[in-house]
Amino acid sequence: MHKLELPVSEDKIRELRVGDEVTLTGTMITARDAAHKYLIEASPDFIRPYLENSLIYHCGPVVRKQDGQWEFVAAGPTTSIREEPYESTIIKNYQVRGIIGKGGMGEKTLSALHDYGAVYLHAIGGLASMLAQSVREVQDVFMLDEFGVPEAMWVIDVVDFPAVVTMDSHQNSLHTKVKKSSDQVAHRLIHPVA
Amino acid sequence: MSLQIDEQVLEDHIYRLIVQTSTDLPNDVIRAIREARTHEVDGSPAKSVLGMLLQNVDVARENTTPVCQDTGTNIYHVHYPEGVSTLALRRNIERATIRATDDSILRPNAVDPVNGKNTGNNLGRENPFIHFEEWEDDRLEIRLMLKGGGCENVSTQYKLPDSDLEAGRDLNGVYKTVIDAVNNAQGLGCAPGIIGVGIGGDRATSHLTAKKQLFRQLDDTNPEPELAQMEKRLYKDLNSLGIGPMGFGGKTTVLGVKIGTAHRIPASYFVSIAYMCWAFRRHSLIIENGEVQYA
Repeated sequence: MHKLELPVSEDKIRELRVGDEVTLTGTMITARDAAHKYLIEASPDFIRPYLENSLIYHCGPVVRKQDGQWEFVAAGPTTSIREEPYESTIIKNYQVRGIIGKGGMGEKTLSALHDYGAVYLHAIGGLASMLAQSVREVQDVFMLDEFGVPEAMWVIDVVDFPAVVTMDSHQNSLHTKVKKSSDQVAHRLIHPVA
Repeated sequence: MSLQIDEQVLEDHIYRLIVQTSTDLPNDVIRAIREARTHEVDGSPAKSVLGMLLQNVDVARENTTPVCQDTGTNIYHVHYPEGVSTLALRRNIERATIRATDDSILRPNAVDPVNGKNTGNNLGRENPFIHFEEWEDDRLEIRLMLKGGGCENVSTQYKLPDSDLEAGRDLNGVYKTVIDAVNNAQGLGCAPGIIGVGIGGDRATSHLTAKKQLFRQLDDTNPEPELAQMEKRLYKDLNSLGIGPMGFGGKTTVLGVKIGTAHRIPASYFVSIAYMCWAFRRHSLIIENGEVQYA
């Protein structure tokens, strides 16, 4: 088990390998579809300090506001592959050290992880109530009015947030490996030898 | 026919149904995940993931918080006796939906596709989705399923024949499309999935037929022997793909396969695949003579 503190250095990230289990403690930011489009098209500078040497969490939470303070009620990962067109550029331009999401990402992102020193961390899809308990505080939120609750960028403090490395900075992807093997089984089932 | 129940009480019951559906899984699904876990290798990621899924359901139930933050498309299938107003039912479902959203039981999930605005209360065109059917029974039955976007995005539709799959217009052709769809989905639909299959119909009724299958109990048996056999065969073969929970690899890729049919016109042969995630949130309530039962 690797205990990672955020912000995190490139060296620490490059030590991680596919299959490693990690827990994360520190500040990170959520971003999903609308936010990714925005980061590319508007290139906002105010967001840089939150992304540099930290992580982007693909998540659209359920939240509630109590006594003027936001809190996360349910916060599992959303499907990452939708951000494939944007992610490599974001990793490069904002020096992001990693992505947390589910389902893995494609070749462009895998190359960016290698080129700029970042990692893809898989959180467990649907583990929303448990993961929300790792979110100890909501520090801030950006673009809430424009994007709505699920798509806003939430700056959160997490403690011992669990995830698994499924794509590392050495061109390895668990998703490619599992797909290759299931493709072979599927092919045999669909096209049986007569 | 009157339900002998006033509107405020009906709204409260629908609200309770939404809370139960968002924050707890049905027993057949919990049993299936527990059972699947016993087949995975000790110390494997598959076994650990399935264990955490069960733990998360316990946490959600204890705290009355959503099992999954994607509280999805809210799909209602309502069977009502003659004389009950569907307008009144819709009104109460909508009120209960607004309350559940205010109480962080549902995430605001209705987004206008043109201007990108989230309505903030889960009401919108076709949202929540309500399918009404009148029946001869005296009872009112409201079934609710919350279906997240991840699994909806990997749901798909085929048109047979399909030359790439060498799939003709028969059950064997259907078999090939389901293998292909689940293999293409990998872990993206939050495996292990539950697979609803609709054969026939037009494009819309084919998908509706597939989704309707998801309201069946996981341990039921299809009354059509040929379909029952195909469900078993697909269940076994899909679990041989090795995709596993979350796509990390393992023996549990699906928890169930349920097939239904609709008559088609001679020119069309559609196969629709409704992929449901492991967080299979579906519950129902029945109202009869003023008495209410949840299931």
